[in-house]
Amino acid sequence: MTTLSWGAEAWAEVRLSLDHCIKCTVCETACPVAAVTGLFPGPKTVGPQAERFRAGEHSPDLSVDYCSGCGICSRVCPQEVRIAELNSRARAELKRERGIPLRDQLVARPGLLGRTGRPVAPLFNWAMANPLIRYLGEKTVGIHRKAPVPKSVGRTFSYWVSHHRSVPRERRVVYFHGCSTQWYEPHVGQKVVAILEHNGFQVVAPRQDCCGLPLQSNGIFDAARQAATRLARQLSVSGTEELPIIASSTSCGLMMKREAREILGADTAELRSVSSRTYDIFEFLLELHQRGELRTDFKPVPLTVAYHAPCQQQNQLIGKPALEVLRLIPGLRLLELDRSCCGIAGTYGVKREKYDIAMQVGEPLFADILAAGPDLVACDSETCRWQISGATGATSVHPLEILHRAYGGS
Amino acid sequence: MNPDVVVIGAGTAGMTAALRLSGTGATVLVLAEGEGALPLAPAQVDLLGYTPALVSEPLRELAPFLQERPWHPYRLVTPDEIEAALGWFADLAAPLGYVGSAQRNRLQPTALGALRPTCLVPETMASGDLSEGGEVLVVGLRGFRDFHAQLVAENLGQAHLASGAAVGARAVEVSLVGDPRDLRPQLLVRRLEQRAVLAQLAREIRTELGQETLIALPAVLGMERSHEVWQRLQELLGRPVFEIPTPPPSQPGQRLQQVLFRALRRQGGEVRLGAKATGFRGTGGRVESITVQLASREVQVSAGEFILASGGLGTGGVTVDPDGGLHEPVFDLPVTTAGAPGQPSAEYFATQPLDRLGVSVDSEMRPLGTGGEPLFTNLRAAGAVLGGAEPWREKSGEGISLATGFRAAAVITGGGG
Repeated sequence: MTTLSWGAEAWAEVRLSLDHCIKCTVCETACPVAAVTGLFPGPKTVGPQAERFRAGEHSPDLSVDYCSGCGICSRVCPQEVRIAELNSRARAELKRERGIPLRDQLVARPGLLGRTGRPVAPLFNWAMANPLIRYLGEKTVGIHRKAPVPKSVGRTFSYWVSHHRSVPRERRVVYFHGCSTQWYEPHVGQKVVAILEHNGFQVVAPRQDCCGLPLQSNGIFDAARQAATRLARQLSVSGTEELPIIASSTSCGLMMKREAREILGADTAELRSVSSRTYDIFEFLLELHQRGELRTDFKPVPLTVAYHAPCQQQNQLIGKPALEVLRLIPGLRLLELDRSCCGIAGTYGVKREKYDIAMQVGEPLFADILAAGPDLVACDSETCRWQISGATGATSVHPLEILHRAYGGS
Repeated sequence: MNPDVVVIGAGTAGMTAALRLSGTGATVLVLAEGEGALPLAPAQVDLLGYTPALVSEPLRELAPFLQERPWHPYRLVTPDEIEAALGWFADLAAPLGYVGSAQRNRLQPTALGALRPTCLVPETMASGDLSEGGEVLVVGLRGFRDFHAQLVAENLGQAHLASGAAVGARAVEVSLVGDPRDLRPQLLVRRLEQRAVLAQLAREIRTELGQETLIALPAVLGMERSHEVWQRLQELLGRPVFEIPTPPPSQPGQRLQQVLFRALRRQGGEVRLGAKATGFRGTGGRVESITVQLASREVQVSAGEFILASGGLGTGGVTVDPDGGLHEPVFDLPVTTAGAPGQPSAEYFATQPLDRLGVSVDSEMRPLGTGGEPLFTNLRAAGAVLGGAEPWREKSGEGISLATGFRAAAVITGGGG
């Protein structure tokens, strides 16, 4: 059994992995950003190559800021070089030196935006749909006027769950819902709870804040580290220390599983435990099914659904469990979209100077969706869903919403 | 999925075995630490190029070659199997229009302007067989650092062909309007898929075109639409056009990888990259499951059959300790040096102690223990993880991977043996 390293050791391992780079350029061929813009020379060039010049203070150039952080490079590397992780750290260093723009400070804090928008949800949603306001937002703050923005809702998920009683059962799980479920898509969380309860689990949903992922991807590491360790503490409710933790947001799940350790170098006892117990919702359901424990009392769902596996879900190295579970549903016509990235990469594609790049990255995916003309697009990641819907006009849902429907939900 | 077969490695051997087995209805999961050599290699299929003499009829010259090399992995397969594997491959990779045969080697130019013996090439390289000489206009693209037309042309001009024919080559460099100074191949392939960009390139070439009968370009003629790009350029120029593979990253290699990955997905199989196999569980001469490292924990992946196609020393299929210990990291199989000398040689191009490193297998492709007995009934090995070959010297890499991957699948389905 191999044991994962943590803290300073994990931090050093990532840095030293650059010595394993044999300059084979596999990462550059797989990078979706380098394929569409000359502004980003490729993950090897800005990573294992440029990293050697960063031993001192300064980054040799600014192009690392154009890395979207999708993580595909680390996944395709045959030599285990932690390319995306190195580049994420280099970006943070660059931002530390040059200052972090207000725009990045804002988009890095979904809780702040959520809290601001919620009490005035109709006004917030009106403003976000108003072309003049969006134009001014682009000119002043730097958020692209066409960038997809979620709709704020009046009631948060935590409000709903505090009024929901999960029947006490022997089998229990902890639910890690993430910010988008909390502020923008509480229906996703409600369906997660319903699906888990339907399968005989009692669901514990402790109060929880942001995992720090958007802070990390915007290079604000100290705050990101604090957020990740705080969340690990919040998810470690007394009496649940051995329970599986189910995440319905893939990028936030990956933050707890791997990125807090490898990118941020975070290390607490709670984080170590939370990391080893975190499951993607479909990873968990598929394991249930493999043990013959998943309820399959499905009603037919006569829909054509095109499924896109997001990068941060693929980076969990669990395959495409959503696809395998949805295949069990009668009447459902599933199309697997065979493209790597939709372009948005969390907050990357909302930025004025990166919007066009993100749209070009996603173009092959959008073209496939438009050609297939499905009833719904299913994708596990919220920002990818918003990007896909924004670019294609297709309705996009979390795949668990389709499972929920098959269980008789509405 | 609960796979019937787990294949470790997503290179030529692993994908061949996976595709063959999933074609018979088996559920196949391919696990790989990362992408293999496919997106780096030129997508040409080498069978046997040097014995060390230049080979012109690889299948015929294989028998005497193997007689002197009792350790060579080609001994595991028959010439019929090699031909069947190549035929199957050409059919499967039909979108790339492979041409050639196992009976005869072609001589295709490299990015250094050498002529390289190989068997099968994609259609975009087909007219580049210079065995009988030819007059070539070598076109470079200004700003593209991985291809130097002058170097290619001058070296081609010095080629000595057995046929006595000569190669005439002239270099030109053309510009694409509006390009950044530093042109990267991943950008170029997509730009050239735009009709206007391609038409402009054709105009630039036409003004330079003399009496040459062939036009060579670096292998950047499109990615998913390479057939269309290549055909259109030929139409615009009115002469045969062929691609010369560049140093990595290889665009033809990526096209081939895409074709193989998609074919497996269509057949219901899965390729999972980044998932490293770190060990196994087994009892009584059977592998029960392999241990796979995920983002934050290890899992056991069970299957009925396992195929080890993890590559050689370069991709971690076998490893060497600083103190010289040789390992196969997943199943802890014995590693052989396959008759290579025990001491390093001062002569640069001589066979060195680790040149033929790999595992040994029996006729059923089952890895052998130190006593020469098969270790597991349901584990096979194929491709570069097999010891005994020196592909860079012999020009035998794809042939070995295709044929042994093909055979590993055949012994599992009972068609071989």
